[in-house]
Amino acid sequence: MNFEWPYKNEFYETEYLECDVLVLGGGLAGCNAAIAAARRGKRVILVEKGATERSGAAGTGFDHWESACTNPCSLVTPKEIAEAYVDEQCGYSNGPAHYIECREGYDRLCDIESFGGKIRDTDDEFAGAAFRDEKTKLLFAYDYKNRFTIRVWGSTFKPALYRELLRLGVRVYDRVEATKLLTVTENGKKRAVGACGMNVRTGKFYVFAAKSTVLAMSRPARIWLFSPDMVGLSEFRPTQSIGSGHAMGYRAGMEFTMMEKSVKGEFSAAGRSFPPYGTGNNHNTWYAATMVDARGVEIPYVDRDGNELKTVLERYMPAPGQKFFLKGGVIDDPKYEYRGPETLPFDELIKRGYELPFYADLSRMPDEERHAIWGLMVGEEGKTKIPIYENYTERGFDPTRHRLQSYGTGWQSASFLPQERQLFGAPGGIWHDWDLKTNIDGVYAAGDQLFASDCAGFACATGYYAGRKASAAADTTDILPVSADEIDEERERLYAPMYSRGGMDWRELNMAIAKAMQNYCGGVKCDALLREGLDLLADFEKNALPEITCKNPHELMRTHEVADILTVSELIMHACMARRSSSVPLCFERTDCGGAVDPECDRRFITVRKENGKIVEGSHPLDVFGDLESEYEKRNADYIESEQKGDYRKNER
Amino acid sequence: MNDKMINLTAETVPCHTRPIIIDAEKCVGCLRCVNVCQVDVLLPPPNGEKAPVAAYPGECWYCGACVMACGTGAIKLRHPLMNRARFVER
Repeated sequence: MNFEWPYKNEFYETEYLECDVLVLGGGLAGCNAAIAAARRGKRVILVEKGATERSGAAGTGFDHWESACTNPCSLVTPKEIAEAYVDEQCGYSNGPAHYIECREGYDRLCDIESFGGKIRDTDDEFAGAAFRDEKTKLLFAYDYKNRFTIRVWGSTFKPALYRELLRLGVRVYDRVEATKLLTVTENGKKRAVGACGMNVRTGKFYVFAAKSTVLAMSRPARIWLFSPDMVGLSEFRPTQSIGSGHAMGYRAGMEFTMMEKSVKGEFSAAGRSFPPYGTGNNHNTWYAATMVDARGVEIPYVDRDGNELKTVLERYMPAPGQKFFLKGGVIDDPKYEYRGPETLPFDELIKRGYELPFYADLSRMPDEERHAIWGLMVGEEGKTKIPIYENYTERGFDPTRHRLQSYGTGWQSASFLPQERQLFGAPGGIWHDWDLKTNIDGVYAAGDQLFASDCAGFACATGYYAGRKASAAADTTDILPVSADEIDEERERLYAPMYSRGGMDWRELNMAIAKAMQNYCGGVKCDALLREGLDLLADFEKNALPEITCKNPHELMRTHEVADILTVSELIMHACMARRSSSVPLCFERTDCGGAVDPECDRRFITVRKENGKIVEGSHPLDVFGDLESEYEKRNADYIESEQKGDYRKNER
Repeated sequence: MNDKMINLTAETVPCHTRPIIIDAEKCVGCLRCVNVCQVDVLLPPPNGEKAPVAAYPGECWYCGACVMACGTGAIKLRHPLMNRARFVER
């Protein structure tokens, strides 16, 4: 069906706006950054490509909040859990950000509750359950003894945060894609003075001048995996979350680390896997579901020493002599020290005669455990309320009567090829200091743009933290003039595909990039291949990108995204070139390093950035952030003194 | 270059699945779904019709925000046939 574009034509209209703190991205991290700044009396603008009310990976929900170590029922400290996360990843983790998550995450949950989000069982749906604290009515997942992962009604969170933004007077610009950081050079050092953007419905061009900026625009996707037919199912996160924040940072000279890390695909419902949380399994949201084999024989859970567990409750308890165990989105197969109860490994099950297919059989679980998994968790997790919980219920699925089939051998529900890769499992991202400040003055980063990020609690906690550090920075500077030439150049770049007569669809270039990445930056890397790949990407940029033709601002937005995917692919290839040996924790395999795996000299954060068209490599020791607790406390006395006691919440409500 | 040269048009870009089906009888034309979809899959209808057009169905990421926002139950969201996991009586 052909019809007139239903929105206004505002091409070549330009709006100039000023603020103290500019927040780019309206997911959980961006909303929390904006709230922190607005509470400090800052004039805040939030720019979001979609609709902030439901935007971001957690827009329609999430079911559990990890590392809430300061909740009143927790038996673990922020220091213990943050250090465990870093150790679990052999040091290739984000110590400061995880510590912030562990220390401040529960504060953010209480904030969100005060805005109208539901974080406890106020309706007494789960009264008497082993995972419920009767006094606070908080519900816990995973480790029921130590109680630091909280089950929440995440579908209520984004609308509550959105209302709070408006109440605080944050100016929210929905349907505006942020496309470029504006910078100036002061005393030989770059600082950001704002950003450009475009309305994805009308084509209107925006210039935002700001004293400081928070980047909270998710992580890259559609690099190796792309379906032109089911674009939105290519990966796990929202269609438009493809790494535009990374691309604009890289173009501005931002430093990145761990971008050489990618994992064999886990989620692509356009291809091999099923929709996340939509099949029988016993991980993450479904932990610790009862599993049975084709004959209906129950699959045993064992503790880390291989001892078979007799009761359902034991699946949620640390092993004898173990203080706590780690579970969650990033923790798949943890080290012995942190390993929790798990079903026997797949190979062992087959050896012992268990028969495929396997199923999750919730009917064998206590009522409240079954209802917590199917109903609360699957129901509140992102993308489950309608397409899983409601649809399966309509199809007649009844967890008291039916078994739901399990596919593949784990929660991924499929086996991908080695070259089908994703940035998943705490991938790389922006390098930053203890203030979450990037190497560009005035720019802070949060959420999935940070390296080694994981879940909703991480996004909210780092968002809020970046928002308050960006506010402090705004106190020390003025709004600086932006360069007219830089703005004109960006407007021209953005609008160019509207004039192209090349006739190429943006999907053709995305397909080509994905194939190039599979061929030249796949399961194994070597310099010769990477150089060929970089050559090919440069050719795409020069000769294919200008061929893309657009009919309206929506197609133009998708074209800008593909240009960003191309930039991010280049960044990834350079990061791979910069790491000269294979690394197990980084899932990085080289064929041209003489078999060297994690040699002492390379056990470092390796960074890359672009300066005047040249790649600049750098590196930092893995312990560069020092002792997490004391370094945090040194820098956040004000927060600990006032806000951690709930001052803002008390004043406002 | 100037705005006179840009003529905006739209067309439905079909894909081989139908994630969003809107019941035109139930739809009251409030456009809540259009404005809550972060992917901008839906467009307001042309020619004074009520029900939005699923112009870019292939871009749907199946979050369900449109269904949750609809006050009249007019929207069905369905994963592609291949993505409907099997379940059996115990």
